[in-house]
Amino acid sequence: MSTATDERSPGSTATVRDPAEVQRRVKISVTLLLVSAVIFYFWWTIDDKQVFYLLSGERMRDTVPGQISTHPVTLTCGILVLVAAAAAALGLLRRGAVTLVSMIIVGTAFLLCFVVWAYSDLDVAFKPWITNPLPGTFAVATPLVLGALAGCLCERAGVINVAIEGQFLAGAFFASVAASLTYSAGAGLLGGIVAGIGISAMLALFSIRYLVNQVVLGVVLVVFAQGLTNFLLDQIPNDATIKAYLNEPPKLQDVAIPGLSDIPLIGEAMFNQTILVYIMYISVVFVTFVMFETRWGLRVRAVGEHPLAADTVGIKVRRIRWQAVLLAGVFAGLGGAYYTVGSTGSFDKNASSGNGFIALAAVIMGRWHPLWATFAALFFGLMSSLRNQLSLVDKIPSELLTMTPYLATVIAVAGFVGRVRPPAADGEPYVKS
Amino acid sequence: MQLEIRGLTKRFGTFTANDHIDLTIEPGEIHCLLGENGAGKSTLMNMLYGLLEPDEGEVLLDGKPATFATPGDAIEAGIGMVHQHFMLVPVFTVAENIMLGREQTRGLGVLNRASAATLVRDLSDTYKLAVDPDALVQDLPVGVQQRVEILKALANNAEVLILDEPTAVLTPQEIDELMSIMDSLRKDGTSIVFITHKLREVKAIGDKITVIRRGKVVGTTEPTASESELAEMMVGRGVKLVVDKDDADVGEVALDVKNLTVIGARGTTVVRDVSFDVRAGEILGIAGVQGNGQTELVKALLGLVRPASGRIQLEGRNISRHSPRQSLEEGIGYIPEDRSHDGNVGSFSVRENLVLDLYKHDEYSRGLALNLRAMSANAEQRIDEFDIRTQSMNSSVSALSGGNQQKVVVARELSRSLKVLIASQPTRGVDVGSIEFIHKRIVAERDKGTAVIIVSTELDEIFALSDRIAVMYDGRIVDIVSPNILRDEIGLLMAGGGGTAKKNA
Amino acid sequence: MRERPLRLPASWLPSVKVTMASMVLALLVGALLILVSDRQVIESFRYFFSYPWDAFRHSGEAIGESYKALVSGSVGSWSAITATLERAAPLICAGLAVTLAFRAGLFNIGAQGQLIVGAVCAGYVGFHYELPPVVHVLAALLAALVGGALWGGIIGVLKARTGAHEVITTIMLNYVAAALLTYLLTKESFQQPGSNNPRSEKVDAAATFPSILGVHSGIVLAVLAAVGVWWLLERSTVGFELRAVGANADASRTAGMSVANVYTLAMVVAGLLAGLAGAQQVLGHQDSLTASFGGSIGFDAITVALLGRATPLGTVLAGLLFGALSTGGLAMQAGAASTPLALTQVLQALIVLFVAAPALVKAVFRFRESDGGGAVMAKGWNS
Repeated sequence: MSTATDERSPGSTATVRDPAEVQRRVKISVTLLLVSAVIFYFWWTIDDKQVFYLLSGERMRDTVPGQISTHPVTLTCGILVLVAAAAAALGLLRRGAVTLVSMIIVGTAFLLCFVVWAYSDLDVAFKPWITNPLPGTFAVATPLVLGALAGCLCERAGVINVAIEGQFLAGAFFASVAASLTYSAGAGLLGGIVAGIGISAMLALFSIRYLVNQVVLGVVLVVFAQGLTNFLLDQIPNDATIKAYLNEPPKLQDVAIPGLSDIPLIGEAMFNQTILVYIMYISVVFVTFVMFETRWGLRVRAVGEHPLAADTVGIKVRRIRWQAVLLAGVFAGLGGAYYTVGSTGSFDKNASSGNGFIALAAVIMGRWHPLWATFAALFFGLMSSLRNQLSLVDKIPSELLTMTPYLATVIAVAGFVGRVRPPAADGEPYVKS
Repeated sequence: MQLEIRGLTKRFGTFTANDHIDLTIEPGEIHCLLGENGAGKSTLMNMLYGLLEPDEGEVLLDGKPATFATPGDAIEAGIGMVHQHFMLVPVFTVAENIMLGREQTRGLGVLNRASAATLVRDLSDTYKLAVDPDALVQDLPVGVQQRVEILKALANNAEVLILDEPTAVLTPQEIDELMSIMDSLRKDGTSIVFITHKLREVKAIGDKITVIRRGKVVGTTEPTASESELAEMMVGRGVKLVVDKDDADVGEVALDVKNLTVIGARGTTVVRDVSFDVRAGEILGIAGVQGNGQTELVKALLGLVRPASGRIQLEGRNISRHSPRQSLEEGIGYIPEDRSHDGNVGSFSVRENLVLDLYKHDEYSRGLALNLRAMSANAEQRIDEFDIRTQSMNSSVSALSGGNQQKVVVARELSRSLKVLIASQPTRGVDVGSIEFIHKRIVAERDKGTAVIIVSTELDEIFALSDRIAVMYDGRIVDIVSPNILRDEIGLLMAGGGGTAKKNA
Repeated sequence: MRERPLRLPASWLPSVKVTMASMVLALLVGALLILVSDRQVIESFRYFFSYPWDAFRHSGEAIGESYKALVSGSVGSWSAITATLERAAPLICAGLAVTLAFRAGLFNIGAQGQLIVGAVCAGYVGFHYELPPVVHVLAALLAALVGGALWGGIIGVLKARTGAHEVITTIMLNYVAAALLTYLLTKESFQQPGSNNPRSEKVDAAATFPSILGVHSGIVLAVLAAVGVWWLLERSTVGFELRAVGANADASRTAGMSVANVYTLAMVVAGLLAGLAGAQQVLGHQDSLTASFGGSIGFDAITVALLGRATPLGTVLAGLLFGALSTGGLAMQAGAASTPLALTQVLQALIVLFVAAPALVKAVFRFRESDGGGAVMAKGWNS
């Protein structure tokens, strides 16, 4: 008996154009044309012959910077993007790896030209140099990646986690307290983990046991965590001696990995970091592996996609969900710890300043896949890092620059990610009648 | 293994779904459980499988009492079940689905996919059920998905196999194939519980038949009983197995479809170069196994998906780029195949659902303001006319039974004057009384001079209603035939074979 | 035929009961936090076994003082009531913005951004132009509505045209709006003449909300807005579409509705309501824009809407409650027990949490009702 899918006459598909495909083609080529137009505008308006860059090390009196010749670079990039636009229009950019790679090339080209433009024609005596955006990228992205992993774990198991921000706050606060009490930054990480698991436990209890709408629950848990950490922070007296015991933690120190940290461009950014950053790398690999290559991961995905099916083969749906949510708490708590022991030290009100929601966005942008979510978080980190660098240059008002990572995310989501498919049972409690 | 059920009872609130059911299934027996939709067959089997907890009664395995708190317990005890709605994770591969719950690992919980795939291959060789272990389930046709379900049960060494309405998604040929699989399993000593509401199948394969009506066992009989006897036991009264209708009084062409091609959500062509027409006053039945492009075809007719090429003309005007609203306004009535998904807004009241596509008409609104009084009057009238059993017009539709929910959709679509009525699976999951009623209304609509398209996977329904039958396979209309054709011939067409097949090059 | 009431009393009575019980439960948990935060109580527990009575007395006093301050600070005097109402008005409007979007199946986390943009527009019209008294306030109000509606509309259009998830886009546009505000506050055309502070010019007196009995008329607008939203949702064709799409987008599409248009429209109206909240802040509560003028109203609005079960009446009541909690919280902080303001935030979260988990509340209080359900809203991401 033949099946319905295996006979597909090539003739009929070639003559008929999928309207959606045509629309997509038009959209991409128009976008690319616009991008190239902007690049050509840069090429046209830049007066400086070259700009300087320094990708590693400190800027000293006798440091020799690298040079970028502005006009050739912008012109090349502009033509490159133009070629890509033409390719898209001709339908050469089909879905898949080719498109992805060309989009990355186009994006990089645009960012390069933008940075060159921003650093050129500055009317100041002491010309700033372009610096490496990657260290900043990893600084911003580390907690985001950890938070996004937590989101992926929960949602793959079918529990929506809007409360990442709450886990960050609780993690940050208790990491600070634990580290201050023990005078050990490592203990701070443990404190963060415990707090993250605590919020996770509330998330699990109310969503799995009490069937509370999970988006509602997430928002409420964020408010709860804000209120609780603020309240507890107010309880810590201003008395310097007591404060030192409770909210003046030691910070994690950078540890350079011999060899790797000497790699040009990325070595400093990726391999001369705190232990937390290395934990982040391991976590990404760990979560991806566990989710896709282990029995437990298979079950997690099964209860997130089709809990009834999982139940009919004897899997305890609620138990698996509890496990996934609690494990997620570990990563979110570590992400929270970044905001105290991992960077600034003591806890301030709203220490994570809404980054939990960015992590949530990374989960959705990454289509609930830990690797893609990591890339989404890194993308956001890169944007933030560039923003921070460019705000030191007077070309664009820094207040406006503040919004670029957010705008970039909106554009990325609206333009290239579009409609996403969450795990089928995401947000639906499993109830047996 | 002998399976005995004693006095099993399940209540949902005040409703008794199963009332002291007694049943014994002998080893190596195919025991048919016959009953119409909503009779309580699935409830019974879900209790047997640990998905529902019985309120009373007990289950005996080889004479020893057994309780199944979870499906895991049931599987452990050697019970396997092929569910009506497949219990497969669509984004998993065949091997992953079969290994789920009893995963092969390399130790430390790391999956061993290779050994899982080998197991699937062995099983499919043993039982002659061909599947590709690495294929994603969502890419498989339903017939193959069912094979995966059966393999899943067999992989767990099931001694009692429950098949819940397994034939609904199969071609007649595939049904024959399933029957031969059941036969060989029976020979190996597996007991099979075969749940169905189709009399023909029961007579073909069953060793024993138990009929259930309204949650009670009506009786147990032999497959030698006549179809009308069985039907009467099942429904509780004499049932007419045919729909009364006169010959069609055919008028002008109402809907004309030319070379229609539709590309599906995943970029594959799902409707290929389809051409047909329907005339006023006739019923065109579209037969075919589920998933051969019927769904997308009717969606394109209404304007829910835009065709990639081709033309749809309504009384000579091109409507192929119409929005659903424009199509509805032009006089197309549409009964979608999945009423709770596409037909009704479940949380809306009966009153609101009865005007779901009419609320903008002058009768029901003035400017922005809804005319609640008119909506109520309409609801009262339709509830009466279509015998919709509801507590009140303000009850939410999701509280109604399947048959009454479907009547709400039918009542709404027939409450305005139509040029074309498109009804997709108009009686799926509906009790016999409602089926007769809905069929009668559809024929009445035809006799008013409306062109009617019925899409159904139930051949009985196609034969009962159609004046002409179009058969779809793999996105094409393979042939358009008269309803006097033999059942076997149409079965062959549904499987893509035979026929004149003049429409596809 | 005669109209039957849409909801019978019996159907809302249990949920009122659950709400009340949830508040009691939240206050109990809050009491525990008060005890922890009161130094005298902690001291007295140190010698609990010698003088147990002391511990109880101090505990009782601390809780009593705090909650007394909470009540008297929110509704204890006319000035307290006006403060509560002024606080509640924007909460209600922004809460309605969340409620309305919810009913269309959209999760509007962006009330904050819509509110900011609305307020910026209102403020600009308020201080930049000179218009006659009544006209000026109306013009400023209109500007707020348009600004908010546009900002909300962006979300709707993005969702409808590209499928971009509104949770992401609203979160991001909140940040964009906040950055926009900070930027504008550095511009001379916004700053007060002769000042470099990030504070805008004062809004013309003609453009501020008139006061009635010491309370600015914003609360009246808020209640009117709630009535309007109720009518729109329950009595109009637009609301019919909106609710239908929110409950089952596929069936709505099949019935001829344009889901894309409904999403856009819902976000436009939601933005408009949030813009109104912004106007409340800048034309009523305060008279100029600062970087933090919006506080966390847009975010609190989500909890308001959730507590109000996404109905207009519920939103009004929840807004009043949260308004009272936040003015009372200030009094509590200033009061004898000097309980931190953050406690009210904890209370708010707990109330919503308990209301959303009726099973828990019923278990605690041993209620009998089988029903009295939780918040009925969009289920998952797919809604």
